[in-house]
Amino acid sequence: MKKTLRHLGDYKKETFLGPLFKLTEALLELFVPLVVAAIIDNGVSAGNRNYVFYAGLILGGLAIIGLACSLTAQYYAAKASTGLARKVRHALFEHIQNLSYSQLDEAGIATLITRMTSDVDQVQTGVNLTLRLLLRSPFVVFGAMIMAFTIDTPSAMIFVVIIPLLAAVVFGIMLASIPMYRKVQDSLDRVLGKTRENLSGARVVRAFGLEESETEDFRERNDRLNALQRAVGRVSALMNPMTYVLINGAVIVLVWAGAVRVSGGSMTQGQVVAMYNYMSQILVELIKLANLIINITKSVACANRIGAVLSSPSGQEVLAEGESGSGDYAVEFRSVALRYPGGGEEALSGISFAVQPGQTVGIIGGTGEGKSSLVNLIPRFYDATSGAVLVGGRDVRTLDPVELRSRIGIVPQKAALFKGTIRENLLWGDADADDRALSEAIAIAQATDIVAAKGGLEAQVEQNGRNLSGGQRQRLTIARALVRKPDILILDDSSSALDYATDAALRGALRSMEHSPTTFIVSQRTASIQHADLILVLDDGELVGSGTHEQLLNSCPAYREIYDSQFKKEAAAQ
Amino acid sequence: MSKSKKAKAKAERGTLRNVLRCLKPYRGLVFLSVLLSATCAALTLYVPILVGRAIDLIVGTGNVDFDAIVPILIRIGIVVLATAAGQWIINAVNNRITCAVVRDVRQQAFERIGILPFDFLDTHPTGELVSRVISDVDQFSNGLLLGFSQLFTGIATIIGTLGFMVAIRPLIALIVVVLTPISFVVAKFIATRTHSMFTAQAQTKAEQTALVDELLTNQKVVKAFTQEQAATEKFDEVNARLEQHALKAVFFSSLTNPCTRCVNGIVYAVVALIGAMTCISTAGAAVPFTVGNLSALLSYANQYTKPFNEISGVITELQNAFACASRVFALINQEPQTPDAPDARVLTDAQGSVAFENVSFSYVPERKLIQDMNLQVQPGQRVAIVGPTGCGKTTLINLLMRFYDVNSGAISVDGTDVRGITRSSLRTSFGMVLQDTWLSSGTVRENIIMGKPDATDEEIIAAAKASHAHGFIRRLPKGYDTVLGADGGGLSQGQKQLLCITRVMLALPPMLILDEATSSIDTRTELKIQNAFGVMMEGRTSFIVAHRLSTIREADVILVMKDGSIIEQGTHDELLAKGGFYATLYNSQFAQG
Repeated sequence: MKKTLRHLGDYKKETFLGPLFKLTEALLELFVPLVVAAIIDNGVSAGNRNYVFYAGLILGGLAIIGLACSLTAQYYAAKASTGLARKVRHALFEHIQNLSYSQLDEAGIATLITRMTSDVDQVQTGVNLTLRLLLRSPFVVFGAMIMAFTIDTPSAMIFVVIIPLLAAVVFGIMLASIPMYRKVQDSLDRVLGKTRENLSGARVVRAFGLEESETEDFRERNDRLNALQRAVGRVSALMNPMTYVLINGAVIVLVWAGAVRVSGGSMTQGQVVAMYNYMSQILVELIKLANLIINITKSVACANRIGAVLSSPSGQEVLAEGESGSGDYAVEFRSVALRYPGGGEEALSGISFAVQPGQTVGIIGGTGEGKSSLVNLIPRFYDATSGAVLVGGRDVRTLDPVELRSRIGIVPQKAALFKGTIRENLLWGDADADDRALSEAIAIAQATDIVAAKGGLEAQVEQNGRNLSGGQRQRLTIARALVRKPDILILDDSSSALDYATDAALRGALRSMEHSPTTFIVSQRTASIQHADLILVLDDGELVGSGTHEQLLNSCPAYREIYDSQFKKEAAAQ
Repeated sequence: MSKSKKAKAKAERGTLRNVLRCLKPYRGLVFLSVLLSATCAALTLYVPILVGRAIDLIVGTGNVDFDAIVPILIRIGIVVLATAAGQWIINAVNNRITCAVVRDVRQQAFERIGILPFDFLDTHPTGELVSRVISDVDQFSNGLLLGFSQLFTGIATIIGTLGFMVAIRPLIALIVVVLTPISFVVAKFIATRTHSMFTAQAQTKAEQTALVDELLTNQKVVKAFTQEQAATEKFDEVNARLEQHALKAVFFSSLTNPCTRCVNGIVYAVVALIGAMTCISTAGAAVPFTVGNLSALLSYANQYTKPFNEISGVITELQNAFACASRVFALINQEPQTPDAPDARVLTDAQGSVAFENVSFSYVPERKLIQDMNLQVQPGQRVAIVGPTGCGKTTLINLLMRFYDVNSGAISVDGTDVRGITRSSLRTSFGMVLQDTWLSSGTVRENIIMGKPDATDEEIIAAAKASHAHGFIRRLPKGYDTVLGADGGGLSQGQKQLLCITRVMLALPPMLILDEATSSIDTRTELKIQNAFGVMMEGRTSFIVAHRLSTIREADVILVMKDGSIIEQGTHDELLAKGGFYATLYNSQFAQG
C-alpha cells in the first residue's frame, strides 16, 4: 500500500488542491438552504422584491462558482490519479524485469499481468474518487449538521441522532452484503468453469455421452448461484425503504420541533424550511459515501497486492567470492543440487561433470527428470541449492549476470518471438550485428528459406510469432541465439518441432562453425545427441550415466532402454 | 444506409421479443412491480406537499396551529411507511425476476451448447462463447434490473412531479419543464465528446496489455537475452501515451456530474426567485402562493432533475444490455444439430466393421477436403493413419465420431449408416484418446469413470495399472480422490495423457480411436503403454493416427493421407514396394539415425 501510494508524492500540489476545491464547492452548496431561508424570512415576509432578486442572483452565482471549483478539482484528481497509475505501472514493469527466474515462477506470469493491468486500473479509479469525494461527502453530512446548529441548537439535536442511525443502516447493509457478493462471485466462477469445460471438452463430453449429467451438474451450480443472488438481493433491498423511513421520520420530528420553537419565538418559518433542506442533503451524500468506501476498499486491496510485488527483493546477489576452478573447462558442475522454492523434492541432486571449450554435450532423460533445470543453472537463471556451477573456471555467482548471459546463447523449449520485424527479433542476440552476421546465423539455423519466404529481414512477425509455424519459430530462435556468437550455446529441446532431416542438417552446420561454441543439447531423441562428445543421462534428477554413445550403450541400462525404445525395432526392420 | 438501419431495427425487435418471452413466466410479478412503482412514485411526491402544508401552519411566534399540524404529521407518517413497504416489495420482486430470468437464460444457453453442431463450436473461440454465457448475461441482467427499478419509477416520478407542480403553480412548472432538460443536453453533449476519448484510452490500454502479455509471458527469454532495458523503454513509451489518453478520458467523463449539478443549481435559483416573487405578489389574494408551496416546489425542482439524470444513465445501460442480450439470444437461437431420427438404432456390442462409401466432406464449400473416399474395415482390424500435419487425420476422426456429417456418400458401422444410429450409442462405442487431453474439474476417480460410471474400485485400479497411471496416482495427495483443478491443473501433460488413456482402458469400448496419444510421454513409459494398447486392441477395430514405426508396421491397413485425401492404402510392405509417397515419408523419417 505504502509502496504503491508513495508515487503520489510527485503530485503533492494536485493531491492537495483537488480536495480543497472540492470542499469549497461543498461549502457553497451548504449555503444554499441559508439563502433560501433568508429569502423566505426577509424577502417574502417583508415583501421586499429587491432582496429576493439579489438573493436569487446569489443562488445562481453559487451554482456557477461551484462549477468552476468542481472542474478544477476534477482536473487535479484526474491528473494525480492517471499520473500515479503511469508511475506505478512503470515501477512494476521495471521491478519485474529484475526478478529472478524462481521469483517469476513463484509469482506466476498471469498474476503479474493482472497486477499491471486491472489492479493498477482499480487503484487509479480509487485514487481519483478519493481525491474527489472522500472529503466531500463527510463534509456535506457534517457540514449540514453544523449549519443546523447555527440555525437552532435544540432542533439540530435531531441531526445528531439521525446521522449515526442512517450511517449504521447504510454501512450495516453494505458490510453485510460484501461477503455475500464474494460468495456470489465464487459461485459465478463455478458456473463459468463448467461452461468453459463443456466448450473446450465438447468432443470428450459427447464421446462419452455425458451431455445429460453435465446439464444436471450445470443446473445445480446455476441454481445455487441464483439462490445466492436472491439472498444478497433481499439484504440490499432493505437499504432504500429503511433510509427513507429514517429520513422522513426525522422530518416529522423536525417539523413538530420547528412548530414548537417557532411558536415560542426562537425560530422563523424560513429556518424550518432550511432545516428541512439540510435533512434532504444528508441522505444523498451518505449513500455516495458508502459506495465510495466499497470502491476504496477494493482499491486498497489492489494497492496491497501491487505493493507485495514491489516489495519482493529484486534480483540475485553477486557474491564477492565463490569456488574457483581451472580455466580449461568451459563449464563445470560440482555436486550440484537444485530444489525449487516450495517444490518439495530436489529437482537435481549430486550432479558433477566438466566440459572443455568447443565440446558438445547431450542431455537425455524422460519428461520432468531435470534436463531443463540442469541447463538453466549455467546462465544462473536459478541458483544451485548446494554445490557450485562454474563457467570458464569462475563460480557463476561471482559473475555479473548481464555479462555472463551475454556470452551464452539460449534457445528455449518454447520458441518465443516478439512483435516486430525478423531483423528486430534477431538483433536481440546482438544489437550491433550487421547483415552478414545475421544471414550467417540464419544459414546455420537452417532458416534461410523461411526468411526468404516471409520476404526478408524486414518481414513482420506478429505478436508471439503467431504468423509462423512451430518449426519456423524454432529455427528463428536458434538463429537469434547464434547471432551473438556465443561461447556457450544451449539448445533446450529446441529441435523437437524440426523433422529428422532438418535436425541433422542443423547439427552438422553447428559442428562446422568457425569458432564452434560449447554446445548443450537437451533432447528426448537419442538421434539428436548420439554424436555428442559427452552424453549425460538423467533419471529422477540424478546423473545415472555419462560418457559417449558407445560407452553408455555398454554401461548404462537406462540409456540403453531409451535407445532401444526408439531404435531397436527400426534397426531390426532394416 | 437505410437498409442497414432497417435490419438493425428488425434485429432489435427480435431481441425485444426474446426478452419478453423470457419474462413471460413472470408476467404477474412484472405487473406487480410496475403497479407498485407508479404508486410509490406518487406517494413519494405527496410527502413534500404535506410538509409544505405543515410549514404554512408555522407562521410565526404564537401563530402556530398545532391542532392542524398533528393530523398532517400522522398522515406523513402513514404515507412514508406505506411507501417504504412498497419500495421493499418492489426491490424484492425486481431482484427475483432478474435472478430467475438470468438463471433461465443461462440454463438455455448451456443446454444449447450441448446440442450445437461442431462446425459452430469449432469456428467460435471458447472464450467468446463463455463470455456470452457469463458476462453478457450479467450485463443483460444488470440492465434488466436497472430498467425495472429505475426506468418505471423515473418515468412515474417525472409525470407525477409535473402533475403536482402544475397543480401548485403552472407558470413555475413551465419554467422547470423548460430548463431541466438543459442538464440532459449537457450530459449528452459531454457523453458524446467523451466517447472518442474512451475509445482512444481503450485502444492504448489494449495495446499496452498486449505488449505486457507478450513480454511477461516470455520474461525468461527477455532475461536470457538481457533485454530488460530495451523492454522497459518500449513499455514506457506506451505507458506515457496511455497516461495522456487516460487523463483526458477521466477528466472529461468526470465533468458530467458537476455540469448537471450546476444546471440544477441554476434551475433551483430561478424557482426560488420566481417562487418568492410570486409569494409576495399573491400575498392576500384569494389563492395565495404560500411559503409551504414554495418549499414543496423547491423540493420538486431538486427531485425532477434526478430521474432525468438517472434515465439517461439507464438508457445507456439498457442499450448495452440489449446488445449483450442479442449476443446471448443469437447463441440460444442458433440452429442445433439435426436430432437423432426417432427410429435410430441404438448400437450395442458393435462388431466393429466400418465402411466409407464415396464419402466427400469439406468444412467450407470453397475448400474441398475429403473427396470420394472408400474404405472397408473388417471387425478387429487395425488401421494406421499416416501423413504430414494438416493432411486431414483429425477430419477423419470427426467423421467417424459423427462430430461432423458427410456432405455426400455414407459411413456405416456394422452395416448401418451412422446417420441412422443414435449419436450417443455410436460415440460410446468408440474409445477415443486425443492429442489434446481434456480433464474435468473433479476427482481423479470421477475423471476415470466417465465412460463407465458404475465401475468398481478393483476395475479402476486394474485399468490404471494397465495404462501405467496407477503409480503416479497413488503418489498424489489423496490418491484416486485427489481433486483436480480445471483442465487437470497440477498434472503434467504426460500424466494427463495417462489419465485419458486409463479412461478408455476402463470403458473398453468395441472400437478405438487413438490420436498421437502418447506424444507427451517419455519414450520408456510409452513403450510400456504401447504394450497395453496392444492388448487392448486385440479384437477391437482400431484407428490410430500413428507416428511410431512399430505401430504402423503392425497395422492391417495403412492409410496415407495428404491434403485431405487418401493417396495410398495398403500394408507396410505393399506400400514400400510401391515406392510412392509412403516410401519417401518412411525414408525421410525413420531410415536414418
